[in-house]
Amino acid sequence: MNIPQPVSLNIDALFRNLATGLNQRMAEQERNKPAMIGIHTGGVWVAERLLNQLDNLVSDPLGVLNIAYYRDDFTRIGMHPQVQPSQLPFSVADRHIILVDDVLYTGRTVRAALNEIFDYGRPASVTLAALVERAGRELPIQADVVGHHLDLAPNEQVKLTGPDPLQFSIQYIDPTE
Amino acid sequence: MSNLQLDQNGQLRHFLSIQGLNRELLTRILDTAESFSTIGAQHVKKVPLLRGKTIVNLFFENSTRTLSTFELAAKRLSADVMNLNVRTSSTQKGESLLDTLRSLEAMHCDMFVVRHSDSGAAYFIARHVPSHVSVINAGDGCHSHPSQAMLDMLTIRRHKGSFPNLRVAIVGDILHSRVARSEIHALATLGTGEIRVIAPRTLLPRNVESLGVHIFHDMRAGLKGVDVVITLRLQRERMEGARLPSEREYFQLYGLTEEKLALARPEAIVMHPGPINRGIEIESAVADGPHSVILEQVSHGIAIRMAVMAMTMQIPVPEAKEAR
Repeated sequence: MNIPQPVSLNIDALFRNLATGLNQRMAEQERNKPAMIGIHTGGVWVAERLLNQLDNLVSDPLGVLNIAYYRDDFTRIGMHPQVQPSQLPFSVADRHIILVDDVLYTGRTVRAALNEIFDYGRPASVTLAALVERAGRELPIQADVVGHHLDLAPNEQVKLTGPDPLQFSIQYIDPTE
Repeated sequence: MSNLQLDQNGQLRHFLSIQGLNRELLTRILDTAESFSTIGAQHVKKVPLLRGKTIVNLFFENSTRTLSTFELAAKRLSADVMNLNVRTSSTQKGESLLDTLRSLEAMHCDMFVVRHSDSGAAYFIARHVPSHVSVINAGDGCHSHPSQAMLDMLTIRRHKGSFPNLRVAIVGDILHSRVARSEIHALATLGTGEIRVIAPRTLLPRNVESLGVHIFHDMRAGLKGVDVVITLRLQRERMEGARLPSEREYFQLYGLTEEKLALARPEAIVMHPGPINRGIEIESAVADGPHSVILEQVSHGIAIRMAVMAMTMQIPVPEAKEAR
């Protein structure tokens, strides 16, 4: 049984943190004309809203990445009936890429996303931005910019719902389920 | 018999025939094929879905296009592919089909794509493989060619959106055509408004009306107001028994020309499963003309074959996002 808990996260503040961090990082590292890719579905919601807060940093249309066919647990979970194809309306070759997801947890989604991006071409760099990160990484992957760090117990998970309104909830996972 | 294709949850385990598959499953095949549509745009035209799986193309009958699209589909899913030229294999030395299968199973193959001149061959093989092996029918005798039918359905859906308001005509040798049988079943299952068959009496199967089609022997009458014209290949090798007086007369009566096509709706599309006998089933001006979607059919063949391979090798589940 999942028990939704009240969450005190202020979404607007998370986006301000993320936008400020990204603008600073791209300026510091002189990464000009980056393109942005959101990971379907929560990452796309975050990326769409983030695009409007980035001081015209990104001029290309948003890329959408669906990593369903790149997951490392595909043979266990199987086909999803309605996988929307990835859409990258720009060439990734030699481009600075900002990869956006809603939550960074185990790192497996990002691993799959990086594999898929490289199947489209070799980017100059990839910057990882996550609205929320939590401890529990299973792969050596870390975000470059985050909106907020959450400390959660192993039996808790964070879920983003959206796109309008965009909000987080924390759910308890009943181990007997 | 058709339940052999489905597992206990009603999901695709083998892909042998359109019969026995419901509209939801056919739609899922089309949707899954669409999800593979952008892979051709990638620098690396592959996804790692079937990495580590071994697929054997077991072709007892010659085919260039079907074999190459199945091979390419398997490779785009990152599977290892073996094309078995059965004509020169042990079956010619007297080894039975089952012995050949057992040998291949001992090599830990995961899927057989079977083409055979005998109707029911793919079903026979599916009944004898272990539970982890899937079988896909790439054409058996005059019976079934389900992946060809589904690539045609994808082509029609791409151009026309949906099926209920469509009028579709299938022209030619219905009697010997496994493609026509599979198409009629697929069109009916997807709820097509009206399905017509246009053919001489000698090239129509008995009781074809029971499939829910309208029969026309006059091509001009049959083409009036249709949205889709599917022309079939005239199987020259199957024309013994004087079913037709001559190929020339066949073209006059049933060959698709610009003049006859003008009777269809202005935005009608023209399809053909290939290879084309130009000047017999269809004139070059139509085959290469603005209404023709014949080359698109070939491209869609790869996506459809990727979809059925992926679906038969996996178990669908509703949730595909990892825990956060």
